Amino acid sequence: MKAVENGSTSIGIKAKDGVVLAVEKIVNSKLLVPGKNKRIQTIDRHIGVAYSGLLPDGRHFVNRGRDEASTYSNMYKEPVSIPHLMDRLGLYVQNYTCYNSVRPFGVVSIVGGVDANGPHLYMIEPSGTYWGYTGAATGKGRQTAKSELEKLNFEELTVREAVKHAARIIRQAHEDNKDKDYELEITWCSLEETGGQHQFVPEDLLQEAIKFAQEEDDEDDEDEEDTEMAT
Amino acid sequence: MNHDPFYWGRPSDETYGHYNHAIANAKSQIPTSHTQQPIITGTSVLALKFKNGVAIAADNMGSYGSLLRFNNIERLIRVGTETIVGISGDISDLQYIERLLHQLQTEEEVYDSDGGHNLRAPHVHEYLSRVMYNRRLKMDPLWNAIIVAGFSDDRTPFLRYVDLLGVTYGSLALATGFGAHLAVPLLRKLVPYDADYEKVSEEQARVAIADSLRVLYYRDARSSDKYTFAVLTFENDKINVDYKQDLKVENQSWRFAENLIGYGSKQQ
Repeated sequence: MKAVENGSTSIGIKAKDGVVLAVEKIVNSKLLVPGKNKRIQTIDRHIGVAYSGLLPDGRHFVNRGRDEASTYSNMYKEPVSIPHLMDRLGLYVQNYTCYNSVRPFGVVSIVGGVDANGPHLYMIEPSGTYWGYTGAATGKGRQTAKSELEKLNFEELTVREAVKHAARIIRQAHEDNKDKDYELEITWCSLEETGGQHQFVPEDLLQEAIKFAQEEDDEDDEDEEDTEMAT
Repeated sequence: MNHDPFYWGRPSDETYGHYNHAIANAKSQIPTSHTQQPIITGTSVLALKFKNGVAIAADNMGSYGSLLRFNNIERLIRVGTETIVGISGDISDLQYIERLLHQLQTEEEVYDSDGGHNLRAPHVHEYLSRVMYNRRLKMDPLWNAIIVAGFSDDRTPFLRYVDLLGVTYGSLALATGFGAHLAVPLLRKLVPYDADYEKVSEEQARVAIADSLRVLYYRDARSSDKYTFAVLTFENDKINVDYKQDLKVENQSWRFAENLIGYGSKQQ
C-alpha cells in the first residue's frame, strides 16, 4: 500500500458513452525518449488498465488479465464482460495475500472499458477488493484528483470532454509536488469515438487537452492573485 | 496414510481398491478420425496485383455439396489495417482461421502499446502457412485455399497463396478453386510476366476482377453474383483500403446459354 501511495497519479473517468484513463508519467531522466515507455496497457481490445505503484507488478497483473480475457473468448467466442474479468482478477490478486511465500501486489489498478452492457470502470487494490466507480484516482495526487473528480457531472459528460478534464485533473494533482516534469498519457474507449476499442487518444486531441488544462490553470492563478490583492 | 504428494486427494486403495489402469488407457472402439472432406464450402477467391496495390474479391456463397445453402458468407477477412485474407474451401475451418487471425492481431498489435511494430501481410502469410502445414502433418488439414493480400515492409504490393497441403506460391494474379482454371488466364491476359505488375493500373485491375467474377458466375455452379471486393492502394505514403460488401455482378448476358442443354431432362 505504501508503494502505491507514492506512485505517480493515475485516474479513470466513466463518462456516459465510454471511459477515459490517464496517468501522470514522471520524467526521471532527460535521456528517456519522449512519447515512449507507455504506461497504460490494453487487456483485451475493449479493456484498458492504468496503474500506480510497482510497475513490474502492474505488468504481471495485466498479463494475467490478458490470459483471463483470451481464455474466456476462446471458450465462449465473445469478448469477456468487464465485471466478469474483474471478478477473476479480484480472486487472483487476493490469492497473493494468502501465502507467506509471496507478497501482495504493489499496485492499485484502474480497469476500464466498454462491453455489451456499456461502459465500466473499476479500481482494484492489493488486497483484492475492487469497486465500480464513476471516477477513480490513485497514486500520489489522488486526494486532489478525487475532490476534482467529485465535481464532474458524470451523467452528462462525454468522453471527448472527459479527456480534457482528465488532462486538467492530472495537472492539478501534479501541482502539489511540482519537483519534476511529467508527461501525460491518455487513453479512451467508447462506441462512438473508437468503435468500442481501447486506444490512445489521437495526438491533436491530446495537445488540445493539454492546452485546455494549461489555460484553466492560468485562470485559477489569476483568480487567486485577485483575491490576494483584495485582502 | 500415504504421505507421497502424488497420492493427495486421490481415492485411497484401502477404501476403493487398487485403481484399474485399463480405464485410463482404454482404447476407443472407433479410430480417431480427421477431416476427410469439406462440408459447407466457399468457391473461388480472386486477386490481382497492380501498380501500387492489390485487388481481391470473393463471392458470398456457402454451398452444401451442390446445394447453394448460404448466401451471406463473408470470405474476405481484414487483419490489421492493411491486410486482407481471402479464404475458399471449408467454411467451419474458415471460421476457425478467422479466430486464429483475431487472436494473432490481438497479441501482435493490441498488446503492443509502444507502437512501431506492425503485423503485415508477409507475416500473416507466413503464420498461416505454418498453421496449414502443421495441420497437414497431423493428417488433419484445414480444408482451405487461402490468398493473403497486402503490402510488404517496403510498401510494395504483396500477394501470396497457401492451401491445405501447406503449398505456397506468389504471383501477380492468383485465384483458388475453379477460379485457378478459369480466372487466372483472364487476369494474366493483362500482363504475362510477374515482374511487370507495375504496368497494370488500378482501374484495369478492378475491371479485370469484375469481368472474371462474371465469367465465374456464368460457368461455376457453386458461385453467386453477390460478392465482396477489396482494393488496397498505397498512395502518398498512406495505405487506403476500399472494402465494399454486397456488390452484384454487373452486365450479365445469358444469351450464350440459349442453346445449352445440361444434364437435366431433355428440353424441347
